[in-house]
Amino acid sequence: MDHRLWTMDYKQDQMHLKYESQLREPLVDGDKTYHQVTEDIVRPIEAKPGRLWYIGFFIAVGLLLFGVYSVYREVTYGIGQWNLNKTVGWGWDITNFVWWVGIGHAGTLISAILLLFRQGWRTGVNRAAEAMTIFAVMCAGQFPIWHMGRVWMAFFVLPYPNTRGPLWVNFNSPLLWDVFAISTYFTVSLLFWYSGLIPDLATVRDRAFTKLRKRLYGIASFGWTGSTKHWQRHESLSLVLAGLSTPLVLSVHTIVSFDFATSVIPGWHTTIFPPYFVAGAIFSGFAMVQSLLVIMRKVFAMEDYITMGHIEAMNKVIVLTGSIVGIAYLTELFMGWYSQNKYEGYTFWYSRAYLFSPYGWSYWGMMTCNVLSPQIFWFRKMRRNLFVTFFMSVIVNIGMWFERFVIIVTSLYRDYLPSSWTVYYHPSIWEIGFYMGTFGLFFTCFFLFAKYMPVIAIAEIKYVLKTSGEGFKNKMGAIEAEQPEEFVHHHAH
Amino acid sequence: MSKKKFIVGCFDDEAVLFPAVKKVRTAGYKIHDVYTPFAVHGLDAAIGERETSLHTAGFIYGITGTTTALSCISWIFTRDWPLNIGGKPHFALPAWIPIIFELTVLFSAVGMVLTFCYLCQIAPFVKKHHFHPRATDDLFVMVIECTSKTNAEDLKGFLAANGAVEVNEQVAESGWWWGRYDKDEMPFENRTAAAY
Repeated sequence: MDHRLWTMDYKQDQMHLKYESQLREPLVDGDKTYHQVTEDIVRPIEAKPGRLWYIGFFIAVGLLLFGVYSVYREVTYGIGQWNLNKTVGWGWDITNFVWWVGIGHAGTLISAILLLFRQGWRTGVNRAAEAMTIFAVMCAGQFPIWHMGRVWMAFFVLPYPNTRGPLWVNFNSPLLWDVFAISTYFTVSLLFWYSGLIPDLATVRDRAFTKLRKRLYGIASFGWTGSTKHWQRHESLSLVLAGLSTPLVLSVHTIVSFDFATSVIPGWHTTIFPPYFVAGAIFSGFAMVQSLLVIMRKVFAMEDYITMGHIEAMNKVIVLTGSIVGIAYLTELFMGWYSQNKYEGYTFWYSRAYLFSPYGWSYWGMMTCNVLSPQIFWFRKMRRNLFVTFFMSVIVNIGMWFERFVIIVTSLYRDYLPSSWTVYYHPSIWEIGFYMGTFGLFFTCFFLFAKYMPVIAIAEIKYVLKTSGEGFKNKMGAIEAEQPEEFVHHHAH
Repeated sequence: MSKKKFIVGCFDDEAVLFPAVKKVRTAGYKIHDVYTPFAVHGLDAAIGERETSLHTAGFIYGITGTTTALSCISWIFTRDWPLNIGGKPHFALPAWIPIIFELTVLFSAVGMVLTFCYLCQIAPFVKKHHFHPRATDDLFVMVIECTSKTNAEDLKGFLAANGAVEVNEQVAESGWWWGRYDKDEMPFENRTAAAY
C-alpha cells in the first residue's frame, strides 16, 4: 500500500525498477531474502520460551490476580473500598482510564495514519503497536465499568427497548458518547489487527511442525491461501479501514476530553481539550510502544526489523507531541490569568502551578516529565540511544499519568463549597491494586501475544523488502551514480 | 466444488513472475490463480482480475450506520421519550454527531470485514487445498487450470522455460470445505467424475 515510489506495469516485459534513494535509511537491515524474513519473525513462536518470558509472564499473572482480588473487594464491599470522597468523585480510577485509553492510541495511529501518509517505517512496528492498543483499551474499559459500583447493572449504558418506561440512555451526554467511542474503537482496532494477522498466521500454519500447531493455526488463519484476488481485497480492506480509523482515533480521545470539557468545573471547561488530549494520547502511546519494542527487539533478536531508524522516527513523534502538549499547558495557564475568571485563576495558578499547594507536586512532576525532559530528543544522538529512549519512554508515561491526575484531582479537591475542602485524597490499597491489576492484564496479554503470534507483520516486511531492505538498497548505489542519460538508456523501455 | 487438474509453476522472484504471467496468458492458458506470500501490486491486473468493489460495500455499510444512528436517536428523543434537558431542543443534532460518527465507522468496519471474509470464503475451520506450502513463505505459485485441450507436458515445459523453479501437476479440490489442517483430507472423493 505504501511505497508506490515504483510501479509494476504488467504491460512491460520487465518490471519497472524498484528504486528508493540510498539517502533513506533501510527499513530492514542485513541482506535478507523473503525466506529469511519468515524465519527471523517466526522463530520466537516456534522456539521454547526462555526463562525471561516465564518470569515476566508469572509476574504479570500475579499482578492480574492482585487486581482481580482488588476488584472483588470493591464489588463485594462497595465503592467505599476506594478513597473517593465528597469532592473527589473521580480519582485514580478515571485517571487510569484516561491514561490507558491514551496509550491505546499509538497502535491505530501507526497502522492507520502512517499508512495513509505512506510512512514505510510503520511496517516494522505496526503489529506490536496494534496489539498493544487492543490490550490497553481492554484495560481502560475496566475502570468505568467497575467504577459503576453495581457492576451487574452495567448493561444500563446500552440503549435498548426495555420494560422500565422505556427508559433510554441520554444521547446528549458525553459519558454515553464514550461508551460508543470506546466500544467502536476496540472493535475496529481488533478487526484491523486481526485482518492483518490472517496472512501471517497462515505463514505460521504452513510451517507448523506439530499436529496441534497445524490445527490451531489452521483455525486461526481462516484457510488463507494467498490468492491474488484475496490479496487485492485485503489491500482494499486495509486501506479503507485505515481511512476509517484515522478520524476514529482522533474522535476517541476527543470524546474522552468531552467528558471534562462539557462540564462547568474550573480547569475542565476549556475548548483546548480535544487537540490537547489527542496529542497527549499519541505522546503516551508512542512512549509505551518504545518501552515494549526496545525490550522486544532485544529479547527476540529483531534488531534488523525494528532498527535504530524506527526508534528514532518514534522519538521524533514523541518530541513533537510532547511539545504540543507543552504548548497546551502554557495556553491553559495563560488563559487562567487572561480570562480574569477567579475560579479558573485559582485552579490554574494555585491548585496546579503553585508548587506548595497540596497537589502542586503533581503539576510540576507532569511539567518535568512531559515538557522538559522529552526536549532531549532534539539531539540525534539521544534519539538513537536505546537506554535514553527506554528511560524517557517510562518517564513520559509517568508524566502522562500525572497529567490526568492533575486534571482530575486538582480541579475536584476544592469545589465551590469550602467546607468540603478538608479531605486530602490519596488512593486506598485496593485502588492501587486495581491499577496494578490492569498492568497484569496488559502484560499477560502481551506476553501471550509475543509468544504465539508474529510480532512483526511478515507480509508487510516482505512487501517493502526489495525497496527498503539494506541488501537491496546497496545495489542501488550503481544506479545512483549514473548520469540521467545513462539511467534512461539502461532502465527505460 | 469439484476436482480439477492443475499445472503448478512456482517462481521465486516476482520480477520473473510478471513476464511469465504475461506469456502464459498470451499463449491462451487459463490462470486459475497466483498464490503469493504478500500483496504484489499489479498482479491482480496482470492476471486479469477486475478491481474489487469492497470499498463501495464499505461506503454503503457506512451510510447505513449513519442513518441507523440518526433515525434511532431522533425517534427516541423526539417521539418515544422526549427528555427535557435544561429546556434545550429535543432535536439536538450537534450533541448526536459523536454517536452518529461512531456508528458510521462501526457499521462500515464490521460490514467490510464480514464481506471480505464472505467474498474470499475464509472463516475459522475452513480448509482449502494449498498448492505449495511455501506460497505463504517465499514462493509465487502460479496455478493453471487444465482443460480438455491442454497438453500438460507442453505447459510444464513452457513454465520451466519461463523461469519456474518448480513445476508439477496436481488434482485438487478448487473450493473449500470444513476441515482440519492437521489431517490430510481429500474431500468430495466420490465426486471426482467429470472434469477431466
